[in-house]
Amino acid sequence: MKVRSTQPTRRHALITGVMSVAVLALTACGGGASESSSTTTTSAAAADLAEGGSTTLTMWVDAERAPALEEITRSFKEDTGIEVKLAVKDFAAVRDDFITQVPTGKGPDLIVGPHDWLGTFVQNGVVAPVELGDKAAEFQESAVQAMTYDGSVYGVPYALENIALLRNTDLVPEPADTFDEVIANGEAAVAAGSAVYPFLVGMDPKQGDPYHLYPLQTSLGVPVFGQNEDGSYNADELLLGEPGGVEFAKKLVEWGDTGSKIINSNITGDIAKEKFNAGESPYFLTGPWNVPDAQAAGLNLAVDKLPTVGDEDAQPFIGVNGFFISSQSVNALAANEFAVNYLSTEAAQDAMYDVGGRPPALKASFDKAASDPIVAAFGEIGANGVPMPALPEMQAVWADWGATELALIKGSGDPEGAWTTMVGNIEAKIAGQ
Amino acid sequence: MPTLAPPGPAATRPPKKTALRADSTLGLLVKIVLLGLVDAFAVYVMITLFLQEKWLVLVFAAVVTVLINWVYLRRGGLPAKYLAPGIFFLVIFQVFVMIYSGYVAFTNYGDGHNSTKADAVNAIQLSAQQRVPDSPAYRVTILERDGVFHLLATEPDGTVSVGTTGEPLEEAEAAVTDSTGKGTELEGYRALQFGEVLANQADILAITVPFSDDPEDGSLKTGDGSNAYVYRPSLSYDEDTSTFTDLETGATYTDRGEGSFQAEDGEQLSTGWKINVGFDNFTKAFSDQNIRGPLLQVMLWTFTFAIVSVLSTFALGLFLANAFNLPDLRGKRIYRILMILPYAFPAFLAGLVWSGLLNPEFGFVNNTFFGGADIPWLTDPVLAKVSVLVVNLWLGFPYMFLVCTGALQSLPEEVNEAARMDGASAWRTFTAIKLPLLLVSVAPLLIASFAFNFNNFNVIYMLTDGGPRFDNTTANIGHTDILITMVYEIAFGTGVGRDYGLASALSIIIFIIVAVISAISFRQTKALEDING
Repeated sequence: MKVRSTQPTRRHALITGVMSVAVLALTACGGGASESSSTTTTSAAAADLAEGGSTTLTMWVDAERAPALEEITRSFKEDTGIEVKLAVKDFAAVRDDFITQVPTGKGPDLIVGPHDWLGTFVQNGVVAPVELGDKAAEFQESAVQAMTYDGSVYGVPYALENIALLRNTDLVPEPADTFDEVIANGEAAVAAGSAVYPFLVGMDPKQGDPYHLYPLQTSLGVPVFGQNEDGSYNADELLLGEPGGVEFAKKLVEWGDTGSKIINSNITGDIAKEKFNAGESPYFLTGPWNVPDAQAAGLNLAVDKLPTVGDEDAQPFIGVNGFFISSQSVNALAANEFAVNYLSTEAAQDAMYDVGGRPPALKASFDKAASDPIVAAFGEIGANGVPMPALPEMQAVWADWGATELALIKGSGDPEGAWTTMVGNIEAKIAGQ
Repeated sequence: MPTLAPPGPAATRPPKKTALRADSTLGLLVKIVLLGLVDAFAVYVMITLFLQEKWLVLVFAAVVTVLINWVYLRRGGLPAKYLAPGIFFLVIFQVFVMIYSGYVAFTNYGDGHNSTKADAVNAIQLSAQQRVPDSPAYRVTILERDGVFHLLATEPDGTVSVGTTGEPLEEAEAAVTDSTGKGTELEGYRALQFGEVLANQADILAITVPFSDDPEDGSLKTGDGSNAYVYRPSLSYDEDTSTFTDLETGATYTDRGEGSFQAEDGEQLSTGWKINVGFDNFTKAFSDQNIRGPLLQVMLWTFTFAIVSVLSTFALGLFLANAFNLPDLRGKRIYRILMILPYAFPAFLAGLVWSGLLNPEFGFVNNTFFGGADIPWLTDPVLAKVSVLVVNLWLGFPYMFLVCTGALQSLPEEVNEAARMDGASAWRTFTAIKLPLLLVSVAPLLIASFAFNFNNFNVIYMLTDGGPRFDNTTANIGHTDILITMVYEIAFGTGVGRDYGLASALSIIIFIIVAVISAISFRQTKALEDING
């Protein structure tokens, strides 16, 4: 009995120890598992090329964006004979997989993603610039600006997203300009018994949500980074420490759990959505992705512009989805043809909007989509927004920014000290200590 | 993150049937078929590797295939036949990964240092090509003469010119144009069809037609075979000195042996490459303020977490195993299945679900058990630790329950009877006889469980993400962070981007800690065997 029970387990324990190390190493290797799938397609394409036969492009997409592209790739094949293989990848891992796979030559030719991946892509040398040429003028300016990094355009934009203030018109019939008015309206609705929560915004229980709170912050004159003349962000100019920052920190405490409970740290995105759709609050600070369900719940919705706290504009972050071309693509010409000359057409952008529902980046297509008043309203608010910074330095910002805001909302610590410490920490991280 | 299930009882392989001896015809047949399948797969893999010119891996695959065939085709050598599959997978999934981590630990691999120097130079050159401001867009047709590709470019004003690499753009008045005024053909040249353009895309993308004799004017390049623009590089590269020169400011960026192009003032071009950095990562692991500051607290908590988790799961598992081992208990099977359910739940999912259940205001726990009290389960330093331990107990006890049930059932009934005859109470029978006997077989599993919990990334990351945060550190490290989640934060969450080299170095250090503790503990269990043996 002794021998039988200890031998295998001892080896097993050793393996467990080894595997624990492997866990980290595996993360480091990124998408080791995906290697085999992409290998075959690339080598097949290379073989065809030698014969001068048909060309195959591979594009990595996530499950959410894939349906919007299937139709387009089919008609591209009909028009040009080039097949675009859509490889559906996990959204959480696709960015890192792309970065690790491209240098091995096993990455895809194209990848779909949000523009804020760009900084890390360029830092790792995995994307090639694309030249939109005169087509650049056909896109919304902020979309092209978002796709620009270090003076070069790296992606073909296809959709644009930003948040706005959703209002349940049955509870509060009139729009408001300032956040104070929003609070007053909300509290009036609560006092009248028609609502439970004056205002809703989803908070991640671990990281807060600086993305959603950003318009309130910018209205106090506190952007994250300074912008150069051409609209690009300057990593050396961290503006979170502007005087308005401390004021914003104080406001967070005032609105938070120990204050008026306008922003509740226990309300996650899911809870906020559930409560708003149940008609328990007149306001919900969120993006277009939550609109279909709210409409399905039978709410009468209005999309209000973002309320201000200070004297400046309340600017939301804009997220732009687009197509990037790998710097190591052996089919760069075909990939360019597909991205620049095909996906940028009105027909293609229309089709992607019809299936995916994200407001198009091409002006002509957007104008058509804007016949839907909700899309038009979001678009109008987005015109006032700023692209989410794509700088790699932004990664150093999120964690501290979110954690500090969350702590303030919970009412712990003194606002001035907490905000100043946060700015110091972020500066230290950006400087690499 | 990859999940890591606790080692299951499946570790003991079932003995093979004696019918499969080499001398039985059926056995031989099965063996040949199975080996044939393995070989077929191996040949397929080798062909793929051959086509990709991965010679080293190809040789390795060939050697392994020959070895496997030799092991199974020769007579005798039975132990090798049993061990071969295990060793094969051990090498592929464990040893290789270990060696690779070891290698990465000595490099600067991470964001910004992602590939080779050649790739970095290529990427920088690509990015440095910038379109000359306000230059016109050209419509182009690709022409071929004597195997050399040319661009037939049409300006917006209708002028058609031709040129190729090394031959500046020259007006081609004889060009044939289509209805839109775009030049399509030129005598002496052959226009390429779209399919031919695609088939030769690498060469066509490489065409760089000087705009004029003056290189300052830039050159014409096409990205898609139908449009071309005038580009001028903002950086020029000198291969002999490994130096990029900024053509506008004159600043030079040189390879100073640190895996990037640096200017005198330390400014770097954003794309670098992977180099060996020796022991730098290990030095950093011991000198970085972010690691040293909270290290002691994190260490203490890691040990507390691992030890308490093992003891609590073992105690609960053992208690339940004992309770459900009563011979006259009815419906035992149903209870046992219910007990094992949490074990079937993925740990990372459980973390997320529990963080919802423990929500102070909307969570099930506070609303149902505490009458709507506002208990900050996950945000108070002490309560967060308790919550983590409780959730891990919930996740971990079924495994101990399974193990203890198995071990209890294998205890001989005579021992029990003898104790009863001697007039021992139930408690005394348990503590003096059952438990020591049980420990002989279970102790190694407890050590394995300790090693597992020492690195139990999922529960911590998904439940609290290490929070609530310490006040005295710049890194995002908190009261419930264990070593492995701290490594994750340090290597991937500070500075600009992720640092795989540092992460590998830190995980190797953790591996050494766990390995030493496990080795010492196994010595102790040997002593246990001797006492009872």
